[in-house]
Amino acid sequence: MSDLLLPPELRYAAIIEKRKNEDGSELSILNLGPTHPATHGIFQNILLMDGERIIDGEGTVGYIHRAFEKIAENRPFYQITPLTDRMNYCSSPINNMGWWMTLEKALGIEVPKRAQYLRVIVMELARISDHIICNSVLGVDTGALTGFLYVFQYREKIYEIYEEICGARLTTNMGRIGGFEREWSPLAFEKLNILLEEFPPIWREFENLLARNRIFMDRTINVGPISAERAISYGFTGPNLRAAGVDYDIRVMQPYSSYEDFDFEIPVGKSGDTYDRFCVRNEEVWQSLSIIKQALAKLPEGAYHADVPDYYLPPKDEVYHNMEALIYHFKIVMGEVPVPVTEVYHPVEGGNGELGFYLVTDGSRTAYRLHFRRPCFIYYQAFNEMVRGQMLSDAIATLSSLNVIAGELDA
Amino acid sequence: MALDNSTIHQTLADQFATAVSDFQQIHDILTFEIDSNAISEVMLFLRDDKVMRFNFLTTLCGMHFPDAAEERQFAVVYHMHNWIDNVRIRIKCFLPASNPEIDTVSDLFASANWQERETYDFFGIIFKGHPQLKRILNMDEMVSFPMRKEFPLEDGGRTDKDDRFFGRTIDNC
Amino acid sequence: MSDSKIITNAPAPEGFSGEGFFATKLSDVVGMARANSLWPLPFATSCCGIEFMATMASHYDVARFGSERMSFSPRQADMLLVMGTIAKKMAPILRQVYEQMAEPRWVISVGACACSGGIFDTYSVLQGIDKIIPVDVYVPGCPPRPEQILDGIMRLQDLVRTESVRRRSSHEYTELLASYNIK
Repeated sequence: MSDLLLPPELRYAAIIEKRKNEDGSELSILNLGPTHPATHGIFQNILLMDGERIIDGEGTVGYIHRAFEKIAENRPFYQITPLTDRMNYCSSPINNMGWWMTLEKALGIEVPKRAQYLRVIVMELARISDHIICNSVLGVDTGALTGFLYVFQYREKIYEIYEEICGARLTTNMGRIGGFEREWSPLAFEKLNILLEEFPPIWREFENLLARNRIFMDRTINVGPISAERAISYGFTGPNLRAAGVDYDIRVMQPYSSYEDFDFEIPVGKSGDTYDRFCVRNEEVWQSLSIIKQALAKLPEGAYHADVPDYYLPPKDEVYHNMEALIYHFKIVMGEVPVPVTEVYHPVEGGNGELGFYLVTDGSRTAYRLHFRRPCFIYYQAFNEMVRGQMLSDAIATLSSLNVIAGELDA
Repeated sequence: MALDNSTIHQTLADQFATAVSDFQQIHDILTFEIDSNAISEVMLFLRDDKVMRFNFLTTLCGMHFPDAAEERQFAVVYHMHNWIDNVRIRIKCFLPASNPEIDTVSDLFASANWQERETYDFFGIIFKGHPQLKRILNMDEMVSFPMRKEFPLEDGGRTDKDDRFFGRTIDNC
Repeated sequence: MSDSKIITNAPAPEGFSGEGFFATKLSDVVGMARANSLWPLPFATSCCGIEFMATMASHYDVARFGSERMSFSPRQADMLLVMGTIAKKMAPILRQVYEQMAEPRWVISVGACACSGGIFDTYSVLQGIDKIIPVDVYVPGCPPRPEQILDGIMRLQDLVRTESVRRRSSHEYTELLASYNIK
């Protein structure tokens, strides 16, 4: 047991000493190091290889550990949203909305329908942008650069929509406790409608480039498979679990923010290999587009935020001209608002799976303990089991299809 | 028969008597405490029993309460989820500050492996029987456990930031 | 035909031209060549890396500035683009990558985290990469827009164009490296 506490390279060196193949060749150690063009983010894998085949491996993470959970204990609630942005930075609105919903559960705030529908739209846009990155970069890692360049143009269009809503492209810091900080401008809806018209043919084109492409299929079928039982034991959730055949989706299990009003399917794969993960994400983009269309069609009129002046930061120009807004602004920023002593766990369906927020409050303006259940951290443990016995290039394709985002891995 | 709180409470109380206690419904999750030496068997029961069927370990984290009594200063909190009946529970195990040790559950749920390493890394809680209990997120050479309340957030040795401009004094940071 | 006046050639340096020849300073020609063919080593660690992917894609297109080939091998790269938070665990690796780069090499620090630690004033984050390697251009932002990253690359191009050919063997440069303990 103490053998496993040694650094992997020493452990593998001992194995190499002892074992020799029949043809006289030796095993070797390969460092798939933190800086590697194919690892999207910095995490290290030390692999024990027999030629091109992987016998064993061990991963090292923590190269971008920024101590989010410690920071969250020292910051008021509104200052934790920028932290949540930077976890899964490819789909930051989902993290933001998940955090707001956790706080609303803890404070007992009911969000109006319009704000809930708008949240659904922005979360599905974020899911589309996350899956665009994952699938196009999976193409790049197997050698197909074209798809990446085609669909990244549409990520720019999604960024323009975020800019209309909140002003930022990537780390959106969107929303407030109880809704949004401002009503969406008509330009945002216009851009959204243009995206809904222009994007589907492009996504269809991207699918046609890769989904039935002989080379891509040979590179990804039976590569990095995982069975449903092992996946559940390893804590998989999200597209990786659905590719293994289990239809677990928090939007259906525990609907939040009016997801029960929408009609969508959950795509499920069969064998949990890389090709299934690719196809599941492709199909989820179509389902997300359908949800956005339904939400726009059924969007109710009403307030874009809950009427909770104790917690909702008032608009800045009111703070300068209106006495109540000034007082509430002061109280919220200085932490003089009533915060119950409670603990709450709220999961949302992030781009990679169940993103959970476990918040323990103690009545002060900062959290006592905030634990993020980060899907990437939990399922990355299974990587070495998934690639045992496969070739090195298969390991790269598997890593890419798992969509490991370093910000979420280390937090 | 739906799996409701009273069923869970009754079944666990029948099976484990005093090892489980303090059942409360906090928001939408039933929360209870388990003695730290019984966690392994209770979790095995929760996973394998035909009525309980808590097949998924959602998350595992540690907590530090420096102001609590000595034998309740550390806690390990487990969230489990029953996918068939869609029920979540939260389990807390309190550990003494002088000897924060608890059995591992990584043989029951493979996802606990790294999560227990993370809890060890942050709080110094030892998981007995864990195959590879070493630091995971922080540097291997680190000696202290950073998520404990007495450990400061900022790096004490940094020279480019003046604490006076951030309102930090010796008393409040 | 469009009536565009877009400049597609880099402006010629000052010099004296005649029938079939052009005489100028060596440092100007070398500077022009280097500035317009900076091959980056994208050391992308977090969110700024995604903005760099957007810069690399067709909308903002860093390739038109000469950065056509992303070199992931330090030996073949000219500029090290450090994008994202560098934790203390990662710092020795960044240092090793910088030392492996061949001269002439430049460093652009993209994003608030690389410039100064950003919003992460914690025990595990290096408060700025200039604690371990010398930096030429700092691009602030969290994350900086692709236009800002391109502006940073353009400022670096100005630096490269006007750099003396003797800089890398000069006394000041050796002292600069020695202050970081880089041999």
